[in-house]
Amino acid sequence: MDALIEARGLERTFDVRRRTGGGRRRAEVVRAVHDLDLSVASGEMVGYIGPNGAGKSTTIKMFTGILVPTDGSLRVAGLEPSRQRRELARRIGVVFGQRSALWWDLPLRDSFELLAKLYRIPEATFRANLSRFTELLDLGEQLDTPVRQLSLGQRMRGDITAALLHEPEILFLDEPTIGLDVVSKGRLREFLRSLNAEHGTTLMLTTHDLQDIEALCDRVVVIDHGTKVYDGSLAALRARGGSHRTLVVDLVDVAPAIEIPGATVQRVEGPRQWLTFPGEASAAPLVAAVAANYEVADLSILEPAIEDVIRELYAR
Amino acid sequence: MIYLAVATRTFRRYSTYRGATLAGAFTNSVFGVIYSFAYLALWEQRPDAGGYDAVDAVTFVWLGQALLMTVALWGGGTTDDLAERIRTGDIAVDLYRPVNLVGWYLAGDLGRAAYHLATRGLAPTLVGLALFDIAMPDSLANALAFALSIPLAVTVSFALRFLTSCTAFWLLDASGPRVLSGTLAIFFSGLMLPLVLFPGWLGELAHALPWAAMVQVPNDLWLGQGRSPLGALAFQAGWAAVLLGCCAVTLQAATRKVVVQGG
Amino acid sequence: MAEQIAGRAAPLTDPVRHYLDIAGLWVRAAWVYPASFLMLIVGSMVISGLDFVGLWIMFSTIDTLGGFGLAEIALLYGASGIGIGVADTLIGSVERIGVYVRTGRLDQMLTKPVPLLVQVCADQFTLRRLGRITQASVVFAWAAAYVDWTPSRVAVAVLMAISSTVIFFGLFVGFSCIQFWTTDSAEFANAFTYGGNTITQYPMTIFPRELTVSLTFVLPIAFVNWYPCLYLLGRDDPFGLPGWLQFCSPVAAAVTLGAALLAWRTGVRHYTSTGS
Repeated sequence: MDALIEARGLERTFDVRRRTGGGRRRAEVVRAVHDLDLSVASGEMVGYIGPNGAGKSTTIKMFTGILVPTDGSLRVAGLEPSRQRRELARRIGVVFGQRSALWWDLPLRDSFELLAKLYRIPEATFRANLSRFTELLDLGEQLDTPVRQLSLGQRMRGDITAALLHEPEILFLDEPTIGLDVVSKGRLREFLRSLNAEHGTTLMLTTHDLQDIEALCDRVVVIDHGTKVYDGSLAALRARGGSHRTLVVDLVDVAPAIEIPGATVQRVEGPRQWLTFPGEASAAPLVAAVAANYEVADLSILEPAIEDVIRELYAR
Repeated sequence: MIYLAVATRTFRRYSTYRGATLAGAFTNSVFGVIYSFAYLALWEQRPDAGGYDAVDAVTFVWLGQALLMTVALWGGGTTDDLAERIRTGDIAVDLYRPVNLVGWYLAGDLGRAAYHLATRGLAPTLVGLALFDIAMPDSLANALAFALSIPLAVTVSFALRFLTSCTAFWLLDASGPRVLSGTLAIFFSGLMLPLVLFPGWLGELAHALPWAAMVQVPNDLWLGQGRSPLGALAFQAGWAAVLLGCCAVTLQAATRKVVVQGG
Repeated sequence: MAEQIAGRAAPLTDPVRHYLDIAGLWVRAAWVYPASFLMLIVGSMVISGLDFVGLWIMFSTIDTLGGFGLAEIALLYGASGIGIGVADTLIGSVERIGVYVRTGRLDQMLTKPVPLLVQVCADQFTLRRLGRITQASVVFAWAAAYVDWTPSRVAVAVLMAISSTVIFFGLFVGFSCIQFWTTDSAEFANAFTYGGNTITQYPMTIFPRELTVSLTFVLPIAFVNWYPCLYLLGRDDPFGLPGWLQFCSPVAAAVTLGAALLAWRTGVRHYTSTGS
């Protein structure tokens, strides 16, 4: 079966004028995306991660037809995004975390009804979808509120509804959980999971939040400095990256570096010490060891930053 | 001095909008050319209309275009920031600060005006000088008085814009009053048509209203027409004082409203 | 059969339908507050009325301007005002497209199955300009009493109204495209749109001949009202230019629109090729 998204040798460069000292500007070529090969089959849930400026948003923009690739071939749902933008728009849904697709000053309901007209959604289908999503996403009371007055979480759910009303084959989400509280994030992830399970909607999600990936995606694609550095499962990524977790210990008093087996002190600042230990290991014995041998005021555990995972990936 | 810092910072902020400045200077020049020909045609029919001759009239056009952005006749300036902060509710924070809000925004607006005078005031004037016969002030006193009249004109304009923006405290959105205020300013400042042409009672009324202080009065100082230099500056200063007083009173009322109703 | 025709015509009718859908939404939304809506229209009528007061004051001191009397100038004024008023109502937010580029709203619009120009023009559709259109129509109607009407003159007048709208529409869209390159230069278009309206409020005789020639063969703004009105008023061309120009408004409109759409396509292509 043909892949739903097929990118080969995808390339996107920008001409940027950087200021050098003395008020002059120098032309520079930035390679935002370089030689990207990516194949996504129908029904997959793909997480697309990378540090800031890695090229994630640029890739999504190319996939949705907003940005023309500088080189390489790209087909989404069998169409060429930049040339067949409007035709593609009917088959995809796009949710930008930072910018809303809704009409700001108007009630939520009006936005949905206008979208129904613009996408030419049959009346019956529209009514059915609207009631289904408003129930699943708990938007019933907000339908008559102007979008401007909605909370971030409500607006995000409105954006997702707007993106799904026309039953697209693919849903692109660009940082959808950014700024949401924990409860909202959880509900959103649950909704997306069921969407994929029940309707086979393909999902492609860019995010900074590793927990989004853990909850949703079987497959992870890591991009760094514009190139793909990993394409596989998250567990394998973690193992391969040899990532470390960090135990932050707040001692009652300043003390020399803590010594316990299985952990190394990375940094000491006054009574606070940062200890790293292998990601696969359990933190429990370490916590017990520290507590037994030192006077501890407080402890916390830090997950590896995605940048660290990737950096370690590169280092190998 | 804090006000000087505010003025400098606002000057620098506006200097980053290079595209807007260039585009605006171009537009000013185009309108300057159009009105110059219109006035030349008018003065050909009545060579001494309103006590001006044709050269005076064309000079009036270019001075008006030079002052248009400086005095923010159409609106804009730091009072737009004020309206925005009122709309979002951030103004509540400002009201509790130990700074004179009117002074703060005025200082910023004067900084902006300095930038606009240097760019969108100077550029069209040079175009006007190149294309048409322009009259020069006939005495040093007049030239000085003109220079002094500009910050006063900006102040009068600022005070009116401040009051207009403050309507946002009571109305849902201040864009209606702002458009009205801008249009009245264009008409009664003399930019659309020199007030000296306004007949009878309309002319007398127009000369007494504060908007006259924004374009007509400075222009007359340059041309050596109308009120005496001291009289003109006193007229501007008088309106500036009265209107700034209104600003302070309005702000007090607004503060009370915000405190009582919670914005 | 009818469905076949409708299907074939879809590329032309779809954009119009989309425009009406979007604009309709905005009008319905504004109508939720009828008092505010009506105040807006009445207010805009008053404001544009001041515009004409200026002209009237001018004519309290003189009888003719550039060889044209008040009624004749009122005809020019009204025709140009109608054109820019209707065009301004139709183009909506195109003037502010730089803001859409900066805020990323343009990206949002590109993900919808609707032509970008339709979306931008219909966005924030408002009947605010209705006041100006009404005022210009009243002035034109008053001046029309002085015209010696014949069937061909009526035809020219109707074509003039349509052509001037299309010409201004083209000016708005075409010159706003510069904002794809420099997002804060929105005022650049004003020199041609509002400037074009201001120039055409006066008889071209007050301007140098070269300017009129430029506005005929380079940037066809003179076709908004000057040439058709010469025909309506039964006047010979004061610059000695050919008489058939007086019937060329529709041609000028088509050319301006074509150039504007070309500029738009170029601008959008630049935007999607370089990002924001």
